[in-house]
Amino acid sequence: MPLLDLAMRQCKGWIPESAMKEVGKIIDIPFIKVYEVATFYSMFNLKPIGKYFIQFCTTTPCWLKGSDDLLELCKSYLNVGLNETTEDGNFTLKEVECLGACVNAPMVQINDDYFEDLDEESLIKLLDNLRNGNKVKIGSQLKERKCSEPIKIVGKNKNVKR
Amino acid sequence: MIKVKVNNKVVEVPEGATVMQACEAAGEEIPRFCYHEKLSIAGNCRMCLVDIERSPKPVASCAMPAANEMVIKTNTEKVEKARKGVMEFLLINHPLDCPICDQGGECDLQDQSLYFGKSTSRYQDSKRAVDEKNFGPLIKTVMTRCIHCTRCVRFMDEIAGTHELGAINRGEGMEITSAIEGGITSELSGNIIDLCPVGALTSKPYAFTARSWELNHFDSIDVSDAIGSNVRIDEFNGEIKRILPRENEEINQEWLSDKARFFYDGLKNQRLDKPFVKKNNKLLSSDWNKALDIIIKKINDNSSSEIAAISGALTDTETMYTAKEFFKGIGVKNIDCRFNLSQVPFSNPNDWLFNSGIENIDVIDKLLIIGCDPRREAAVLNSRIRQRWLTGGLDILTISTPEDLTYKFNSLGNDISILSDLNTQIKIKSFFKNANFPMIILGDSILSTSQGNKIHKIVKNISQEANLIRKNWNGFNVLNKYASRVGGLSVGFVPYEGGLCSVEIKKALKSKKIKVLFLIEADDFIINNNDLKDVFIIYIGHHGDRFAGNSDVILPTSAFTEKKSLYLNIEGRAQFTKTITSKPGVAVDSWKVFKALDQKLSSVIKYNTHEGLLKQMFDDYPLLRNQNYAEKSKWEAEKNNKIKLASEINDFLVKNFYQTCCISRSSENMANCVKEILEIKKVNNGNI
Repeated sequence: MPLLDLAMRQCKGWIPESAMKEVGKIIDIPFIKVYEVATFYSMFNLKPIGKYFIQFCTTTPCWLKGSDDLLELCKSYLNVGLNETTEDGNFTLKEVECLGACVNAPMVQINDDYFEDLDEESLIKLLDNLRNGNKVKIGSQLKERKCSEPIKIVGKNKNVKR
Repeated sequence: MIKVKVNNKVVEVPEGATVMQACEAAGEEIPRFCYHEKLSIAGNCRMCLVDIERSPKPVASCAMPAANEMVIKTNTEKVEKARKGVMEFLLINHPLDCPICDQGGECDLQDQSLYFGKSTSRYQDSKRAVDEKNFGPLIKTVMTRCIHCTRCVRFMDEIAGTHELGAINRGEGMEITSAIEGGITSELSGNIIDLCPVGALTSKPYAFTARSWELNHFDSIDVSDAIGSNVRIDEFNGEIKRILPRENEEINQEWLSDKARFFYDGLKNQRLDKPFVKKNNKLLSSDWNKALDIIIKKINDNSSSEIAAISGALTDTETMYTAKEFFKGIGVKNIDCRFNLSQVPFSNPNDWLFNSGIENIDVIDKLLIIGCDPRREAAVLNSRIRQRWLTGGLDILTISTPEDLTYKFNSLGNDISILSDLNTQIKIKSFFKNANFPMIILGDSILSTSQGNKIHKIVKNISQEANLIRKNWNGFNVLNKYASRVGGLSVGFVPYEGGLCSVEIKKALKSKKIKVLFLIEADDFIINNNDLKDVFIIYIGHHGDRFAGNSDVILPTSAFTEKKSLYLNIEGRAQFTKTITSKPGVAVDSWKVFKALDQKLSSVIKYNTHEGLLKQMFDDYPLLRNQNYAEKSKWEAEKNNKIKLASEINDFLVKNFYQTCCISRSSENMANCVKEILEIKKVNNGNI
């Protein structure tokens, strides 16, 4: 699996069959066994993806915090469906299960980075910045929040619903 | 041994046994789909759930080791409910198409749902459908019926060793598929049809030709290779519908090669049904009396040294025995059963038998394979080597073998001359040092090269010096490819008193010293058509194969499914085939041809019936009475140890596994295999 991950990184985020064959050769196991593993885990992409691979968490905590609405927004803003890539090849959108950042829900993972505490505004801003090649803030999109510390001014932030 | 209580009955099972085995020891039948004795345990069908005391949930008995004092219940309400539940899940996506399914009537799922399932389904949602896969010309797939027991995947990994199947995706999307488009190329692929507990994998040639309950079953043996695999032949309406393996732990376990399983359709194509005689270069149908008279005239016109006889790959032992008697009666000494020009010596059974026994492959710890392709010459035996190799502790060394055997080995090269090299001999001796059960497999393939005789001597010598020949163990084994070979050597269908052997017969044919040639089902006798000019050829056989067109007289005989006849496998195990279908036209059992000829000539053959023949043959060769006469034969030491070999490079790769005898060459199934499998392989290899 680490080899498949390496292969995926070397092949622009997806694993072609030839890469699986090579992995099989390196660790001396038959191709079909590599193929089984690669198809079992949804984290391995078996088709080419866009420059930014958006993994949208919609599991319970994120869902409670409105991830469904954000996902719909994201779909309409990028004009793509799930598991599709935008025409300009920039974004691929995918729905995933819990990514383990529930404290900072709702969140998305884009390539290797987490973008947390999202709302409509910050999500659109994030997508625009990525598309235009601007620098983006990784982690919590709230100004005052670092990592998963308690949100300081409870109630003043309109994002935080109880 | 540990004590286990099953349904209040105490049984003793060996340590390491599973709960399922304990239940079976107590006589309880446990339903199962994924579990198979010869395969690794998967535990994924969940059908074998039982109740174990102090375990809150029902336990999958196939994967649970039995422990001392364990209390197991298989008949509680909980178990019954659990099984019903599992069954309901398994049937959720299973189509209700039993009436059009070839597995119907012998389907595990059908039977078990009758005994353990519910009669109704509560499932309301849509069922899933799965794409058909291309598993080649032999295996038909209906993947929607698959219940993901993964038996086929495990078989390909563990027994066949080709890793061609896998389960991809997961959950509801899970599918069994082959690694590459183009299906399965293994020589043992047909076995997954038997393993499949449902109708997902069925036989393509058999598809929709009969229902399982209409078939008549006959126990017989296979003649497509020399292993003597036990088979069950199913007949319906006078035709053979399919061939299945019959369990015999000592020979084929429960596997069968694809050739043996699917070549049966060759038995109805290209058959010879009446005698033919050549007139003005044209073969015209004739009758027995005329044909025999012509032969007798030829025999009388030529001196006995101008007559020769060769027997073939499928010739039964009785025929060779009777033929030998007949030829002795008329003084013909040029007879040989080694039609492939093999130079295996014929004085002592040890020289041509698989002395260790096939079953003992399970215990060997050092193996040297010389000059053969076990994977294709004896596919079932090869899988046994693989199974032994998988359990660990087996080192394998090879000389002159193909590279794609299904286990790892160290090759000493493909040049046979290294065998006479002192360094190699020392290497081999140190390889066998401290081995408990050392084994050498010497291929008949390499014995058919020009240096065959020398190679046999050298290998014998090495076996002695490397301590392979012990009091209770003989590690010297010859692997031949032909069902008839051991029988022919055993009843002495070989040159005697200075008669010519097959190599010499071939030369004599070229120089026209031999003018009359009897070919007894010897379709694979390797010779140029030009060399056969002006030679009077009498072909006695059942298929219009290679030689029939060139013959001057053709006598039709019965094939192995049309007669009771004796074949000896590589261990010298005597086994009979059965009469299943009727003979075509006026064909007869081939031994009767020689009886008839004999009657008109020297009248040395006294018996008139098959029983009489067997009695006399067994009296002459009492060793044949034994189930397995390899054990009984005495080792004759080889003393010459200074033989030098010339360099000769061979890998003995069998290029066409599917067509090696006249039956398989006439078979459509085998032709399809050649077309689809071998040619795809060629293309694939070309690309890489």
